[in-house]
Order: sequence, then structure tokens, then C-alpha cells
Amino acid sequence: MKRFMAFVRKEFLHIFRDYRTLIILFGLPAMQILIFGYAVRTDLTNAGIAVLDNAHDEVSAEIIGKLEASEFFEIKFHLASYDAIDAAFKQGKIKEVVIFPENFGASLTREGNATVSIIADGSEPNTASLVTGYTTAILNDYSSTLTRQVTSALPVINPEVKMYFNPNLESHFMFVPGVITLILILVSALMTSVTIVREKEFGTMEVLLVSPLKPWQIIIGKVAPYFFLSLVNVIVILLMAWFVFGLPVRGSVALLIAECMLYILLGLAIGILVSSSVDKMENAIFISFLTLMLPSLLLSGFIFPIENMPKIYDYVSMILPPRWFVEIIRTVMIKGGGLAVIWKETLILALMTLFFIALSAKKFKVRLGEGTK
Amino acid sequence: MRKLLFLLKKEFRQIRRNPFMARAIIMVPIIQMLILVPAITFEVKRVDLAVTDNDRSPASRELMAKLSGSSFFRISATPGNYNKAEALLFSGEADMVLIIPDDFSEGLAGVNAPRLQVLADAVNPTTAQLGWSYLTSVVRDYNREVMISRGTAPAALPGIAVSPRFWYNPTLNYKHYMLPGVLVILITAIGLLMAGLNLVKEKETGTIEQINVTPVKKWELIASKVIPFFIIGLVDLALGLTVGWIAFDIPFEGSLLLFFACAAIFLVGVLGLALFFSTMASTQQQFLFIAFFFVMIFILMSGIFTPSESMPRWAQQFNYVNPVAYLMRINRMVMLKGSGFYDIARDMAALSVLAVTFITFAIMAYRKRA
Repeated sequence: MKRFMAFVRKEFLHIFRDYRTLIILFGLPAMQILIFGYAVRTDLTNAGIAVLDNAHDEVSAEIIGKLEASEFFEIKFHLASYDAIDAAFKQGKIKEVVIFPENFGASLTREGNATVSIIADGSEPNTASLVTGYTTAILNDYSSTLTRQVTSALPVINPEVKMYFNPNLESHFMFVPGVITLILILVSALMTSVTIVREKEFGTMEVLLVSPLKPWQIIIGKVAPYFFLSLVNVIVILLMAWFVFGLPVRGSVALLIAECMLYILLGLAIGILVSSSVDKMENAIFISFLTLMLPSLLLSGFIFPIENMPKIYDYVSMILPPRWFVEIIRTVMIKGGGLAVIWKETLILALMTLFFIALSAKKFKVRLGEGTK
Repeated sequence: MRKLLFLLKKEFRQIRRNPFMARAIIMVPIIQMLILVPAITFEVKRVDLAVTDNDRSPASRELMAKLSGSSFFRISATPGNYNKAEALLFSGEADMVLIIPDDFSEGLAGVNAPRLQVLADAVNPTTAQLGWSYLTSVVRDYNREVMISRGTAPAALPGIAVSPRFWYNPTLNYKHYMLPGVLVILITAIGLLMAGLNLVKEKETGTIEQINVTPVKKWELIASKVIPFFIIGLVDLALGLTVGWIAFDIPFEGSLLLFFACAAIFLVGVLGLALFFSTMASTQQQFLFIAFFFVMIFILMSGIFTPSESMPRWAQQFNYVNPVAYLMRINRMVMLKGSGFYDIARDMAALSVLAVTFITFAIMAYRKRA
């Protein structure tokens, strides 16, 4: 046991001496939290638009005034003709053109209806649907004031919405669970596999194997520091989320930490498995990247909801741990749910962990057999 | 010059002989295009709606039929009461809940103002907002129909119709939007990671010392390391573009020449960064972390997923020195809108200044260490 502790201490020293990697390890989550929290915004403000007013009457002027006054839009050009639209889009400064037809106000007051055309820049689909949505809302608002003048006594249905879990519609509620998932995989699986493979590549693994330490002690000793580092990282991210965004853990913190530990264990098991299957660092990096990082980023649903992807991605994501883990974190942290809600996801992760531990234990023994004979 | 040619020959031979590298150069663009492009979408196709109908009247049933008739909503459950409805939000079985109060039809008949209560799971703000605005528009249409059919309102209520059209991408296909962006990620990854790892490997295995004692000059060494990846980057770009063309039928409106010219300028800058980061790292693992850190910042800030215009001021200012942001914008404008040289001249000029600055800086830093 004393020998084992000495070995673990050695491993910790190894890590703490590589200060560059350590800086990145803690800098990465901090940077991601800040970028996702402040810079990456899915909403829209001050979008540049242009107006083509063929009507030049009071109603069109009033609506243009409303567009100008809203925080979403900034009118960059007043175009003179339809032909100018293409050139305006090609410079990339505007997202949409709002077109008022001739006699707009007259037909609205006399016939009761008129059409506003919107041409949006479809090369950015998300922005295009947002700007048309906002413009339509402003126009609807304007026409319902007209409706009310005619039909003030009529029952108008009044739906009220309550935004659950995230009343101010902040996008970092989406991202914090994703960042935790990403960082845990990075530290637990990627780093572990690389360090173990490094020993193999440099031939020092043989030296360790002939030492009085048992094989499982070597592996535990190797992964223990990463278990510890991962946990520290989780706590740092949670504290940042709390202090920077005021995003507290709504559910049980103990449950959250326990689930993170389970996930770290899973990551370590995968890391050990990867390390026992390859013998070059580049390959370990490549495999971990392709099978772990990319799915954590894409198929966990943390930036892009899986429901919106082609069906095949949905099925593939089911055999990948990040999908379940993001769901767990989201439920516990943001919705404040307990084990009763997430027992299924937890069970899946636990089974995956057992599977990978068993598999890597088996693989490791085979390798050792060759080594000792 | 002859020495440079020999060095280049050696570099290409090394790349070709490494089976892993050779495979990666071919496979990375194909896999990236085929996997990333269809996966990345913000398009909300369907919202699972749970309805608690406390009114149980023809009016409330009609409203439900209208909602489930729209392709956007799927009525996934009809919980009996508020608490059960709320539980569906917690378990994620419903994205939105509509609660129809028991006085809904009385309200419609004019006794009091009819109300509807909506609970939305707002963890994903985009889905929540979009679902809410769809729901209100369905309700508004329904309301209008009811008023007109009961003759309580004139058939022609004053209203402004909106007819939206989308230029350059009429069906708002996300693949058209993502493909130019994924091409930028592709050449960033190829240029930065492959070139950088190659440079650091020379250092890690100690062979850099041997080169340093040969008559090879610094600029020849750097050129021999950078030129192969410059060429590979452009070849991979062409490969990625071809895959995109075949698999997703993406239109290409602008000039191919302009497109590749911009990519070439960008690659010079990225290779400069690779050179610079390689001076900061002594092992491949360290390089990987440094490169990963900066690539992550550059790509996330570039506006690949979200419009960079709605970022805060400091983020927009950061993008003045972010080469990825320039190429992201240029690619989309040239590919989808057919913007010409004059439209993107300013971005191109800025990108060129960045590229020259990065590579000069990197060469200077490299000299100091050797």
C-alpha cells in the first residue's frame, strides 16, 4: 500500500510539472464558458435591414418608424428600386429588405388589407427566419391595433406563456451542461489514453510491469490523478456558472457530483480501453478525438438538438454516453429533477461503465500475458 | 533554391510513406463533409405539445384539431391536470404544455375574455421562442375564424398580410449555410494541426538539431515545412467542395478563382499560426492542446453557428484579428450569393494583412529559438 501511494504521488507530480498542459486544462473550460455565455448568442439584436418604400404614405412611414424603434433592427439603407436589392445583399450588410407596395396605406384603409413583402437573405437560414419572424410580429402588432379599433367589443383570445426553467431565455442554460460533458471526456478519456500510451511508446511500461506493483495498481495509479483533476474541473465549471451567470444547481449537488463521478469513471474506462488497443500517441489522440470529442460536441444535443437532425443521428447518439449525460446534467442542474426522473439514463451509463471496465480488464490481461511469458 | 526542392521532395515522401497521414488527407474532408454538414442544424422541425383540456367543449376540441393539424406541433399527451402537465416538462416528454381553462368556450361566447395558459420548456431558448410564436399565430388564426363564422366581425378585418421570400436559399436549407463554414473548419484543421504536429515532431524526436547543423537556411527549412501543407490544404478544400457538390447539391454562385484565392491567403495565415504555436510547445501533446485551445476560440467566435453581428462589441472587435471569421464570411458570400471581388475587397485586404503579420511574426519567433 505504501508503494502504491508513492506511485500515485509520482503520477501527480508528473502532471503538475507539465504546467502548460495544466493551464490549458483549466483555461479551456473557463474560456468556453465565457464564449458560450457572452459571445455566442442565438438571439438577434441590431440586424441590418433595408427598406424599399414604394408607397411613401403615412402608414408606411409609421411602420418604418416602428421597425427603426425596435431593438432588433437597424435600418441601413433606404433603397430606391427593386434592382438595388441584389447589390445590397451582396455586400453582406443587411439581412432583409422590407418592401411596401404602391398605394399601401390607401388599400389598407379602403379595402382593409394590404401586403408587405419581405425578402430575407436565405444564405443564413437561422437569421433569415428570425428577422422575418420579428418583422411579422411588428406588423401583426400594428394590424391588431387596427383590428381593435373596429372590433373593440369582441372576445380576443389572450394566451399567456410561462417560460419554465429559464425565464429570461438565456442561452448559457444550454451550454453549461455541454461544456461539462466536453471537458470531462477531454480530461478523463483523452488524457488517460495518451499518458498510458506514452509509457508504452517510450518503453517505460515494461519497467513498471516488472516492478513489485500489481498491474491493476499501475492502472489505478495512472488514472487516479485524472479522476481528481476531472472532479476539480467540474467544481470549477459549476462555480463559474454560479458566479458569472448566476446559474445555481437547482437539484441536489451531491447527486450531480455522483453522476459526474460515474461519467468520469466511464471516461477513464474508455481511455484505458483505447490505450490497450493502440501503441502510438497520435493514434490514441485520433481515436479519442473521433469517437469521443466529436460526438460530445455534435451528438449530445448541447448545441444542436438531436430531434432536428436526420433520424440516423438519433439512433447513433443512443449508443454514445454524452447524450445521456447531457440529459442528466440538464435535469439535475437546470430543472432541479431528482434520481426519480433520471434513473433510466443513470442505469444506462452505469451499464456502459461496467461493460467498458470489463472489456478493458480483459484486454489488459491478454497483453500482460504476452509480457510475462 | 535547389536545396529547397530536395527538402520539399523529402517532406512529400515522408507524408506519403506515413500511412496514417496519407489516409487522413483523403478521409478527413470526406468524413467531415458527410457527417458535419447534415448534423448541424438549428431548424426546429417539431414541437411535442401536451394539452390539458379543462373545458372539453367543441371549441376547445376545434382548437386542438387546429394545433395538431399544423405540421409543427405533435400532441404528445393529454395530461388530466396541471401537476401532471408540469411533470411532463420535467421529464422532457413534452416541450410545451397548453392548458385550456374550463371557461374557455364561455369566454369565446363573450362572457369574459378567453384565456389560454402555455408552459414552455425554455432550456433551449430557440425552440421555446419559436414554439411560442407558432402557437400564438395558430391561436390568432383560430380566433379570427371564430369571429368571422359567428358573424361577430366583418369578413374583412383590417390586416396586413406578410409575404416572406428568401433569396439565395429559398427553402432555407441549412446544409447550404453550413457547408461553406465546414470547409473553413476543414482547412483550419488541416493547416494548423498537420503542419504544426509535423514541426513539433521534428523537435520531439531531436531531428531538428541535425537539420540545424546542415547548410540549409532557416527560410528554406520553414518553406519546406509550410509549402506541402499549403498545397494539401488547397487540395483538401477542392476535395471537400467536390464531396459537398455531389452529396448535397450545393450551388456555387460566385467565382471559383476568387474562392481559392481567399482560401490561399487564409492558409498562409494559418500556417503562420502553426509555426508560431510550434515554437511554444516541445511535445506533440502540448502542441495539440495549445492548437485545440485557439482553434476552439477562433471557430466559436467566427459566427459559424450564430450571426457574429449579434455578438457583443468586444467579441466583434476580437473578430478583427480572427482569420476564421473573415473566411467564414467570404465563403458564404461568394458561394451562396455570388458576391464579387468588390463586395469582399475589404475583408480580403484585412485577411491579407493578418496573414502577412502572422507569418512574419512566426518566422521571427522561430529564428530566435533555433
